[in-house]
Amino acid sequence: MDRFYFDHNATTPVSAEVLEALVPLLGEVYGNASSIHHFGQVAKQRLETARRQTAALIHARPREVVFVSGGTEADNLAILGAVRRSPKPRKHVVTTAIEHPAVLNTCGQLEREGVEVTYVRAGSSGVVDPDEVRRALRPDTVLVSVMHANNELGTIQPVGEIARIARDAGALMHSDGVQAAGKTPVDVAALGVDLYSMSGHKIYAPKGAGSLYIRKGTAIEPVLFGGHHERDRRPGTENVPGAAAFGAAAEWILAHLSDEAVRIGALRDRLEQGILARVPHAHVNGAGSPRTPNTTNIRFDGIEGEAMVIALDLMGFAVSSGAACSSGAVEPSHVLTAIGLSAMDAKSSLRFSLGRSNTEEQVDALIGAVAASAARLRKLSPAYA
Amino acid sequence: MPEKITAVAMSGGVDSSVVAGLLRRRGENVVGLTMQLWNQRRLPELAGENATGRCCSLDDVYDARHVAETLGIPYYVVNFEERFEEQVVRPFIDDYLAGRTPIPCTLCNNHIKFDQFLELADSVGAEKIATGHYARVSQDEKSGRYLLWCGADDAKDQTYFLFGLSQAQLARTLFPLGGYTKDQVRGMAEEMSLPVARKGDSQEICFVPNGDYGAFIEAFFREQGIPSRQTRGEVVGTDGRVLGEHAGVHHFTVGQRRGLGVAAGEPLYVIATVPATQRVIIGRSEELFRDTLSAREVNWFPWASLSEPVRARVKIRNKHAAAPAMVSPTGEPARIEVRFDEPQRAVTPGQAAVFYDGDLVLGGGWIE
Repeated sequence: MDRFYFDHNATTPVSAEVLEALVPLLGEVYGNASSIHHFGQVAKQRLETARRQTAALIHARPREVVFVSGGTEADNLAILGAVRRSPKPRKHVVTTAIEHPAVLNTCGQLEREGVEVTYVRAGSSGVVDPDEVRRALRPDTVLVSVMHANNELGTIQPVGEIARIARDAGALMHSDGVQAAGKTPVDVAALGVDLYSMSGHKIYAPKGAGSLYIRKGTAIEPVLFGGHHERDRRPGTENVPGAAAFGAAAEWILAHLSDEAVRIGALRDRLEQGILARVPHAHVNGAGSPRTPNTTNIRFDGIEGEAMVIALDLMGFAVSSGAACSSGAVEPSHVLTAIGLSAMDAKSSLRFSLGRSNTEEQVDALIGAVAASAARLRKLSPAYA
Repeated sequence: MPEKITAVAMSGGVDSSVVAGLLRRRGENVVGLTMQLWNQRRLPELAGENATGRCCSLDDVYDARHVAETLGIPYYVVNFEERFEEQVVRPFIDDYLAGRTPIPCTLCNNHIKFDQFLELADSVGAEKIATGHYARVSQDEKSGRYLLWCGADDAKDQTYFLFGLSQAQLARTLFPLGGYTKDQVRGMAEEMSLPVARKGDSQEICFVPNGDYGAFIEAFFREQGIPSRQTRGEVVGTDGRVLGEHAGVHHFTVGQRRGLGVAAGEPLYVIATVPATQRVIIGRSEELFRDTLSAREVNWFPWASLSEPVRARVKIRNKHAAAPAMVSPTGEPARIEVRFDEPQRAVTPGQAAVFYDGDLVLGGGWIE
């Protein structure tokens, strides 16, 4: 059976260019980047090349990029690091209800430590209203954290406007850019953010490499303790192959960003229109809002999304619904309920996220499979039979 | 879509794992599905180091996934937690509070495994489902009806919990273990090199740690913010004398001897619980015996309804040795009366009465 991958927001395959850069490195560049000798120096050079490549993707200065293990660690370091560093006696954080668990649960940990957190809701558009953020601000607000693009809807948040609001209020601004970098142009200086998280495996590098942009002059506490690596902000022997792969991926995607956005955006639109034309009672969640070009989230009234994911997988198509819990079963998406969908509507929604490997033929095959399984599932759902 | 998929309900135990293996060996197109029924992290106060009753634990899911991987079949976990709470856990609690002693396994079979799981099977394109129950199904040539038979292993027979299955459900259900003994099933698990071959049997009510349903119900009340005080009441003798107090009718079941909090010269047992007055009635062992019972929501296998009295052997608990009796229709459909040849101990409302003719299951219903 042919298998087609439409779950690129979960993770991406390692691309040929990245493999080409990575594989020789694994064998040849084994020095510890902190060592003084030749082997260490070669590793250090590769690490700094990777830092320049990664910084370029978001128009940052290389010194402002800290390599970490991935998006989750970047979010933890940004939020815990910024809030714990603040000298204010009482501390308040503003974030949104549609953040990734890496942000939400880090804020939950801060709450257990006595920090107050306000979770701003997003409207049915899937976009946070900057005025809502403004209203949530308090004199003791130390950090505002708003994601750049939502992982489930693809909706792009007005991070630049919110960053101005945060700065005017004297708060730091963090944005989780894991789903935005590589899909839409990012310029951290133009956005005005102080902290910006990225992950390598969402842009065709392997798992285990990510980065946090820390604007020059922004002071944060480390969350891990050890050696003096990464300018005392993130200890641990540098993952040079991981960083180099991330850098190679960033370089490729920066060079191809505009072409790929057009190509993948056209495929996404074809998929969306094809499904809406073939399946009655289907709706796009977050339609009409600015979105990353590769993502669509479609609600099928009366259908269990979980069953449809399984049915499509048995036909060779990988898509997703909700968030996997520890057992691998699916829980209703907190993002979809946060934008006002009922638990039932949230469970009827599927996410399709496209990427480099997808073609028109694959998209057409997926439309056919979705239409067929929706028809079968609807037979079981009397209201839509 | 490949033709004729069979969905196997995999719990991570030996039985359902061997089912998947047997079907795979026959060359059938199998998909493994685990129903996530209950979140073990709920009611954490009940979770002890050695707690038994570990339904849907991450270890079980890990085992089921490992078996599926060993067999090379697609495998998924599906979230049935809400449905399980609504259709099994809450009715289970309601029954206790109403003075009955429920059988959640039967509720789960009727409303989850052979109902919603079948629907899930439909959704993913599977024609049949298979489970690891020790029971057999055949189709009667004359009537065309599906018949339920005891499993070959007397000690493991599970037909007592399956009396509620409809003809439509039986038509699509496979019980591949019905002809085997547990020892044979373990042997097959070893032979197929299944990673769960030596795993222990599951015990008691899967979502109730250590079988302590009283503690479970109280923990559930606390989670829901319901004060449990409201079920406190008197312990009363069969002569009407008040003998003591109890902490809640849900701690008692008919035939129970322990935990009555009443000292007496001879052993005393719960004869009945009366939810209307929150009373627990206790008495001597011989007062527990009854020679009749009535049952509601009766389901029959060989025929659609009972038109005249039949002789049958009747089981009133899973571990009860079926006792000979006359089963008679009443004026109401799906309601019957049972008259035992000899009085039976602890006829318990909420349990099932299941009727047998040899190995053939005639039907069953809920004791009133």
